[in-house]
Amino acid sequence: MVDFFLGHYAYWFTIILMCVGLYGILFKKNLIKKTIGLAIFQASVVLYFVSIASKWGDVAVTVKDYNIPVEDVSNYLNPLPHTLMLTAIVVGVATLGVAFTLLIAIYNRYETLDEQELIDKMK
Amino acid sequence: MKRQFKSPIVLLGSRLLTPYIMVFGWYVIIHGHYSPGGGFQGGALLAASILLIRVAGGKQIAKLQIQEFATTPLAIIGVLIYFLTGLVAMIAGGYFLDYGQLPIPGMDPAYLRYTGILIIEVGIGLAVMAILVMIYDNLVRGEDYG
Amino acid sequence: MIYAASGLPYRGDPDNRMHHEESITGTPVIGNYFIQNAYRDAATPNMVTVILGDYRSIDTFGEQIVIFTAGLITLLILRRTKRRED
Repeated sequence: MVDFFLGHYAYWFTIILMCVGLYGILFKKNLIKKTIGLAIFQASVVLYFVSIASKWGDVAVTVKDYNIPVEDVSNYLNPLPHTLMLTAIVVGVATLGVAFTLLIAIYNRYETLDEQELIDKMK
Repeated sequence: MKRQFKSPIVLLGSRLLTPYIMVFGWYVIIHGHYSPGGGFQGGALLAASILLIRVAGGKQIAKLQIQEFATTPLAIIGVLIYFLTGLVAMIAGGYFLDYGQLPIPGMDPAYLRYTGILIIEVGIGLAVMAILVMIYDNLVRGEDYG
Repeated sequence: MIYAASGLPYRGDPDNRMHHEESITGTPVIGNYFIQNAYRDAATPNMVTVILGDYRSIDTFGEQIVIFTAGLITLLILRRTKRRED
């Protein structure tokens, strides 16, 4: 039973972060708060992928040390998810930049940033 | 940012801190081979050091540092460094972006790949810095403060 | 969702399917190949930079195109909005 908790607690923290982000996107009425919820959601997905790449008894870095032989594979952790998440972080920054640009354009046109007033003004 | 107060203490603090952040950013880019870091992380640190002065000082002081129209050519140069490395590798035989065939005399193929990765990291860092400063400049374009 | 996460394998399990040499259908899996051959190919101790810059360099090129396009979008949208106000 203790093994079950020690093996799974990292996933539960990630799921809690994901639920906080989803709550922000669905239940808030201001448009800027929805964008902040999107940023929290992206951070939780990146955290999940980085946390599944470790093995038991490793050195927790991806830089080769000259004393530890590299042919015995269980001394190093898997470098593939770290590489893919670098790309994902940069894509997240670009998405947030475009989202804020669109929010400024909406504010210049309609003079409000509230969701219900926007739908009424567009009709 | 309408009605922004002029605060000399914040400006003095950021003027003291900016050169050290820029030196650390160049260190992170160039030491991408031996410690965690590389192109994207160093580019974000360099952009942070430039944006500190722009947020604390206003538009008049920002014009003395990096002009607004000079960030777009910097971004284009950063992307072109990456693309020309790939084209040179393709002309000298081999695939696109295959660094083992770069025409630099007197090195074995493992060391040629080392040099190719170094050139690419510098190009990525320049492009990311210029793009982040350009996004901030366009977001505060129409306001009339300081 | 907590029930679904309980079905996942233990964190840090070296017998994980991801770190095996072969996948279920018999094709080779690439995680161990990167660890064993990165220093021999590029003389660089940092494995993540070698994968990003040498084995998967076209992904990084597409990444630069993405961030360059995001910068150009801010230039073009805000210029048109300001001109329409005059």
